[in-house]
Amino acid sequence: MSSAIAMGNKSLFQGLNLRQKTILIISFTSILLFAIVIISLFLAGNALPTNFESKNLAPSLEHPFGTDWMGRDMFVRTLEGLGLSIIIGAFASLISTVLTLILGLFSSLGKTADSFVSWLVDLFLSVPHLLLIILISIGMGGGTKGVIIGVALTHWPSLTRVVRAEIKQLKTQEYLHISKNLGNSKWWIATKHILPHLSPQILLGTILMFPHAILHEASVTFLGFGLSPHEPAIGIILSEAMGYLSAGYWWLAFFPGLSLLIVVLAFDMIGENFGKLMNPKMAHE
Amino acid sequence: MYLKGENISFGYKKDNLILKDVDIALESGEVLGLMGDSGSGKSTLCKILSGYVPNYQGTISIDGKKISSKGYNPVQLIFQHPEKAVNPKWKMKDILNEGYLVPQTILDSFGIKKSWLNRWPNELSGGELQRFALARALSPKTKFLIADEITTMVDAITQAQIWDIVLDIVEKLNIGVLVVSHDKTLINKLCYDVISLADINKV
Repeated sequence: MSSAIAMGNKSLFQGLNLRQKTILIISFTSILLFAIVIISLFLAGNALPTNFESKNLAPSLEHPFGTDWMGRDMFVRTLEGLGLSIIIGAFASLISTVLTLILGLFSSLGKTADSFVSWLVDLFLSVPHLLLIILISIGMGGGTKGVIIGVALTHWPSLTRVVRAEIKQLKTQEYLHISKNLGNSKWWIATKHILPHLSPQILLGTILMFPHAILHEASVTFLGFGLSPHEPAIGIILSEAMGYLSAGYWWLAFFPGLSLLIVVLAFDMIGENFGKLMNPKMAHE
Repeated sequence: MYLKGENISFGYKKDNLILKDVDIALESGEVLGLMGDSGSGKSTLCKILSGYVPNYQGTISIDGKKISSKGYNPVQLIFQHPEKAVNPKWKMKDILNEGYLVPQTILDSFGIKKSWLNRWPNELSGGELQRFALARALSPKTKFLIADEITTMVDAITQAQIWDIVLDIVEKLNIGVLVVSHDKTLINKLCYDVISLADINKV
């Protein structure tokens, strides 16, 4: 059987087993994303020089992503924008996860608590997501703070739903009843028995929340409700590029958009491969 | 001490009672057998007696006092499937000491080896897990033990071993045991007294 697997393994990473490959993919994509964030943090200090001599240049070796109408290098701008997006995504999914955790454990305490949590989930899911982000973001005063809060406060419902279902299933387990009969409190059971079963779901949910948060941040900014125009966010870059598309400056939208896609896919890949590692039953799907 | 269940009625559906006006009494130190066919409600009665089912009718009391739903329950239930009675994400030593610190004497009498304590539940067999489940439940605070077919899944030798140990400890701690089983010979061997659920259930 092992030879059969080895036969089918004639791909890029020959000689590695599935587990090693999975870890390799996770490390590569993580390094890529970390590199983007770190580079953008270094770049953030020095403002991009505007150079009208080299405005609207097509992609070349000197300017891989071309330049915009103010002569700014699009490669640097894109990197800065992606870094900002990833940081905002990290903040937002972290806050969302904490909310999920609190609401999930709260729902395990009793029937009333559970109905309250599912009511809250339904309430948030019944409003169009983007609309809700825009409303919260404007309500919180807009800008970076508004976007982070808006994105963070709207991404917990779907993960909470998964976590709540998991808790419901766990609560029928005999060892939970036994634990109660042994005199342990509900909170003790929630943290010692239930929480360890939730950690894979929550870890995975957080990673897979990242691309959602990043895309939502970009779309809100694109629509003009998010970050202020002087910040090099991907959404801003794309909305500015809209005006120049008809003039034939395709690289202004193409490369930043492609980079955003790659970042989002990288997060998705990390999440999926992480899921395989943590739940080996799923590895063959 | 008496564990008494009086006029217990229960149905999983409202108009379909599985237990009706069941009276059962168990004394400290007594080993009482309970027989019944599959699906007759033996396990349901066990769960009601040990506080696992909240919405039954009737009263369950120890010496006339109702059992509090909070804190350590003096009536402990042992299940048929020990692998479901342990948290798969916990190590055996945590499972063992969840209710109280199990003394070395009980570990020795059950033959629980030190090396087992650092293992995960899926690394032990059903018989081994059942020993842990029993040791966990036999704290000094336990007054009654409900044994719901606890040795059905092990072979005859292990069955005899486990029951020998349980009866020995139960006698020392003066715990009343309700032995639930299909196995007539086992029940006749273990118990002073045998009741049939069909006789006390008025469905």
